Amino acid sequence: MAHLWSSCIVIGAITAGLLSGGAAPAAATSYESISTITVGAGGASSIEFTSIPSTYKHLQVRMLASFSGGDWTEIKLNGDTGANYTYHYLQGNGSAASAGGGGFNASGLGVQFSTQWGGAIIDVLDYTNTNKLKTVRNFGGYDANGSGFIIFSSNLWNNTAAVTSLKLQKSSAGTFQQYSSFALYGIKG
Amino acid sequence: MAAGSTYTPIATTTLGSAVASYTFSSIPSTYTDLVLIYQSPSAASAPYIGLQFNSDTSGSSTNYSSTVVYGEASAGSARATNNYNVRVVNNANQANNMMTCSIMNYANSTTYKSVLARNGGATYGTYATAGLWRSTAAITSVVVYGDSGNLASGTTLTLYGIAAA
Repeated sequence: MAHLWSSCIVIGAITAGLLSGGAAPAAATSYESISTITVGAGGASSIEFTSIPSTYKHLQVRMLASFSGGDWTEIKLNGDTGANYTYHYLQGNGSAASAGGGGFNASGLGVQFSTQWGGAIIDVLDYTNTNKLKTVRNFGGYDANGSGFIIFSSNLWNNTAAVTSLKLQKSSAGTFQQYSSFALYGIKG
Repeated sequence: MAAGSTYTPIATTTLGSAVASYTFSSIPSTYTDLVLIYQSPSAASAPYIGLQFNSDTSGSSTNYSSTVVYGEASAGSARATNNYNVRVVNNANQANNMMTCSIMNYANSTTYKSVLARNGGATYGTYATAGLWRSTAAITSVVVYGDSGNLASGTTLTLYGIAAA
């Protein structure tokens, strides 16, 4: 499947309307905003989207964040803190590229941030399907003027349950800084 | 709860000739993220295509920088660059080049602005970029800029806005 953040279902119809020279037609509501969380003063060690409706095909989280100290963001589904996640990744740190993966563990793999602001886009595919283990794809990183970090990763949650909550947390002590923002979207299929 | 028209087209253009740059101006502040799609069936004369914001043309290493991870042929590599734009299209002087990028939380006035981009073509490589504009100003214009050359005639640029709840 093409990456959702670049191929949402609604794009074809909208572009055709634009190129006809007419006023932009109202977008079909295939891509809908569900909830937004913005970190307040004092920061937050984690954020969580709960009571996620089951009416979409896929989920996407779009985030802009920084940490009080550099570290990884972990993704947890349905409150599962067990060793039920596995991952593979390709990453670059501004001077070298590397790849790797991990067996089932309790952390999964998210995106690395620092005190610099960075972004990430996280896709949870077919999240309500109870016949499939769940796949999560991440793309994100930050730039620090001469260095930085960027990563693609694919993650597996070893569970067929429908996803009803999604938590993002630091892998060690520290917090998401004030003004870090997280937006959850639902994509119909 | 869900909002209508969450992923909305703002503007689009197909270049009728090679140009040094193209500007999306008067961008409304009503969205959360911007998404820009670039598609060029012909090779640009510029080896890179970059983004500048709000007419900020600060010199190298002042306000713009990028971190890239990429694969070409059989090898992967990475680099970090400082420039007078956020480079979002690599190997722009190759035909059939496509790029999508997200400009995250562009309208806020409290954080530096982050850009995530992917571009590539089957015949030469695939690239992913994290870029930074070191300004807290809300973005009101985006210049798509040919770095050391021009954008190609026939290039299509489309800008979308994504709203949040």
